[in-house]
Amino acid sequence: MDYFRQAWAIAWKDILSELRTRQMISSVLLFCLLVMVIFSFTFDPGAEYVSELVPGILWVAFCFAGTLGLERSWGAEQENRAVDGLLLSPMDRSAIFLGKALGNLVFMLAVELVTFPLAAVLFGVSFLDVWGKVALVAVLATAGFMAVGTLLSAITVNTKLREILLPILLFPILVPVILAAVKSTGSLLQGEGWEGISSWVKLLAAFDVIFITVAILTFEYVVEE
Amino acid sequence: MEPSLRRNLLGLATFMMIEAAIFMIFIWAPTEQVMGIVQRIFYFHVSCGMTTFLAFFIVFLASILYLWKKDKKWDIVAHASAELGVLFCTLVLLSGPIWARPIWGTWWTWDARLTTSLVLWLIYVAYLMLRSASRGSERRTRFAAVFGIVGFVDVPLVYLSIHWWRTIHPVVIKPSGIGLAPPMLYTFLVSWAAITILYFYLLGLRIRIGKLSEGVEELKAIQYSGV
Repeated sequence: MDYFRQAWAIAWKDILSELRTRQMISSVLLFCLLVMVIFSFTFDPGAEYVSELVPGILWVAFCFAGTLGLERSWGAEQENRAVDGLLLSPMDRSAIFLGKALGNLVFMLAVELVTFPLAAVLFGVSFLDVWGKVALVAVLATAGFMAVGTLLSAITVNTKLREILLPILLFPILVPVILAAVKSTGSLLQGEGWEGISSWVKLLAAFDVIFITVAILTFEYVVEE
Repeated sequence: MEPSLRRNLLGLATFMMIEAAIFMIFIWAPTEQVMGIVQRIFYFHVSCGMTTFLAFFIVFLASILYLWKKDKKWDIVAHASAELGVLFCTLVLLSGPIWARPIWGTWWTWDARLTTSLVLWLIYVAYLMLRSASRGSERRTRFAAVFGIVGFVDVPLVYLSIHWWRTIHPVVIKPSGIGLAPPMLYTFLVSWAAITILYFYLLGLRIRIGKLSEGVEELKAIQYSGV
């Protein structure tokens, strides 16, 4: 149990410092809003087909916004070489990964919690009837996103290209997550029930299990000095 | 056997196999009734596709072996195979549209296999970019190995997700048997063997270049350290 307490301590450190400044969450939320506004210029406002585009718009916004958050997550540890302190702490390296990923997950879910209602208001769709299933999809998709993202951003933060390289590495890997999230959010909005999303949910769960395992196994090679 | 002799023999075998494949494809194999002459692209197209998978699988294996054994040799193998995989994947992505234009009436379509090939190409181009952007050779090898594993593990999930999304690609090789006339089948098998042996020949050359450049780096390090 010590292992998970240590991981939670790392996650809580990130959550606490974000709660004190609220810098990242406000800028990332504003960024999500901007993406939605820019998207709305590409189609006629109030057109019938808008509700079919909403899942895509939302998840594109989350992909971009999440990448910004991930970049910041390890970038902040580079300041004053805080990462050295983390690595010197007497705990398993994979617990550090788990903690950082958990912190990123909480952060990103908070962003999504605000953006979903915002999108509902702006594009005139309603998630109220299906909020439980949408939440399940969002949590599973974001968990996979953050597991791979936390691993890869620990890599890219140490390269010459930094913030440009992260999406280039991350987005092709995330193709299954993006497809599953967009398609299942879409079928929920179309009023389809559990059978419309069950295979996507299973795919998301498989992605999460596989990549959390791979990340835990390989993370120590990323940070080893 | 001398390494250079072995290399030359493999080169000769590659040359002969490719010649045989070209002869079979353009002269020996019959023309497909419905699609006509353009169907002959199939032999090299599918062979390159299979070699792409082989190449990326070897990147995956070599990446695991590097992290496990910490032997620089495996990193050179992974790098060489990734470059060749991207090369063959590019050939697949170029030869596909040439066939698709007259048959499907479009250069590109978001079909499961096409999209998966494109995503594969993107993953391994990213792999090569990561290599060139990493500082320090020891770090570069570790980062590349981790991404080489993550990228390959993702392939089945990418394929499955895009397959559920849509699929119209002709499935020539089914579990129930191969939907090809015997001369076409033999032509395909020879082409496949030819492209696979070409891959191994190029892999050998590329590994040799990798080792030589490694040696040059070491010599430079000795020279600058003033010994």
